[in-house]
Amino acid sequence: MIVNTTAVYVLWLREMKRFSRAKSRVIGALAMPLFFLVFLGLGFNRMAVPGMTGDRTYIRFLVPGIIGMGLLFSSTFGGLSVLWDREFGFLKEIMVAPVNRFSIVVGRVAGGTTTGLIQGVMILGISFILGFKISGPASLFLAILMMILIATTFLGLGLIFASLLKDMQGFSIIMNFVIFPLFFLSGALYPLDNFPLWLKYLSFLDPLTFGVDGLRGILLGASSFAVWLDFILMVFFSGVMLFLGAYFFEKSESI
Amino acid sequence: MDAIRVENLTRQFSGFTAVDRISFTVQTGELFGLLGPNGAGKTTTINMLATLLKPTSGSAEVAGYNVSLYRDNVRRSIGVVFQDPALDTKLTGKENLEFHAMMYGLSRHERKSRLAEVLRLVELEEKADVLVEKYSGGMKRRIEIARGLIHWPKVLFLDEPTLGLDAQTRRRIWDYIKKLNKDKGVTIILTTHYMEEADYLCDRVAIMDFGKFVALDTPSQLKDILGGDVVSMEVEGDTAALLKQLKTLAWIKMIKSHDGFLSLTMEKGERRIPELITEAHQAGVSVTCVHLRKPSLEDVFLHFTGRTIREDLAGQNGRHRSAMPGHGRGR
Repeated sequence: MIVNTTAVYVLWLREMKRFSRAKSRVIGALAMPLFFLVFLGLGFNRMAVPGMTGDRTYIRFLVPGIIGMGLLFSSTFGGLSVLWDREFGFLKEIMVAPVNRFSIVVGRVAGGTTTGLIQGVMILGISFILGFKISGPASLFLAILMMILIATTFLGLGLIFASLLKDMQGFSIIMNFVIFPLFFLSGALYPLDNFPLWLKYLSFLDPLTFGVDGLRGILLGASSFAVWLDFILMVFFSGVMLFLGAYFFEKSESI
Repeated sequence: MDAIRVENLTRQFSGFTAVDRISFTVQTGELFGLLGPNGAGKTTTINMLATLLKPTSGSAEVAGYNVSLYRDNVRRSIGVVFQDPALDTKLTGKENLEFHAMMYGLSRHERKSRLAEVLRLVELEEKADVLVEKYSGGMKRRIEIARGLIHWPKVLFLDEPTLGLDAQTRRRIWDYIKKLNKDKGVTIILTTHYMEEADYLCDRVAIMDFGKFVALDTPSQLKDILGGDVVSMEVEGDTAALLKQLKTLAWIKMIKSHDGFLSLTMEKGERRIPELITEAHQAGVSVTCVHLRKPSLEDVFLHFTGRTIREDLAGQNGRHRSAMPGHGRGR
């Protein structure tokens, strides 16, 4: 299937315009990660993290987790925003255009990834202010790559749900039974070593586990798995999620 | 070539048949109307023709392309204005048009001139850079009509184009629609449940009820089915003598009498009233009141279905909506 680059661009452009105009959305997207970072970071200040040494280990441990959290929420919502477009009717305008469905998915993912990345980098910027340090530009580059993989994975997940649901009614169910479990299972807030074995295995099914672990490896040099393994798994997860998202979106009827 | 050719088109939603084996053709340049109450299947028909819903059975061709097989060709050939606004309210009117123009592959040069042209047509040049969320209902409808025209569609679908608009705005929209059809030669299919809209705008009207066509013809011929105008007279005096006299007149098609009220069916009623009064005078009967009623499409609908569309609206017509969870809106 041929990707219609103009359609991808115009869908991306629309997302950028909407994002830049919704100041409250930007502030809202940053407020929660910031609160987590400040309050948890200060509250668990003296908690020891296995495998990490030095000062203020917990807040350093927390930064990649919070970036992962921000991406999880914003990207899943980004995929689910198809439901908003359906609710407000704009989806029909998109679907009646002579553009193949795959290009529409690519356009949405491009837009969602960009806004997710902007938020991820902003969280990282805030953590610099709080005293977080990284080793150099190379690790920043790798971190951005990992953020892109996390964003596309959960955009795909959001698209799957947006195509299966018909309206916003199921939104809170997804919030409570999908997004929060994925967040807590990932070890974004605590090391997974304390989990009982069965829960630990369950966490291996959560893409965010490897996304956050990869970010920790890149930014802190301390991770449970090898960074290359995290990358391979995340490429796999994002590929599968995007494929399924595109598949279900293509199959679902537009109205 | 026919702009639209539909054969036995059917759509079911989990056991419920929204559109039931309808067949019709629309000629190029025609202004064709689908008239019927809410839930009759008008929007479902439009959605199938616009490739948004797949037909359960039957076939349809738009601008020469089968809607199931050549979706992108159909999409390129049509413009659609949906019943509910399909605008991004966080973008300006112009940005909405630009989005559309780019999705349809217009070059930068084409976009510039075309956007100015359609904005002028709907008289929204001055509001082009305002966010759509600040637009009134009428402005939204106008910008959508403009948008539907950007890519020079051969066929334009208008689903309830004046629903919820005030009388003045409705007039203006009607004028745009007429202008488009007559001056630009765009084939237009519109759905409506407003009788006067179908009557005023459409070359031909299909009356739709429970997913089926109950009648299809020009508005004037549909009304002719009813036999003409109805003249009602209130009379005092020897009614029997007058009735006897009236029965000898061939141009009166039907006579009903009731307590000094006469109800007479005839063509060109307004030209016959003086004659009727003369007849009454000769019979020694005085006429105290005359009322002339031209048949409307409402009467035609009543004739074919035994109900009025207004009754259906008043009863909110729950029959279709409740049968379709999740499909209640805009059907």
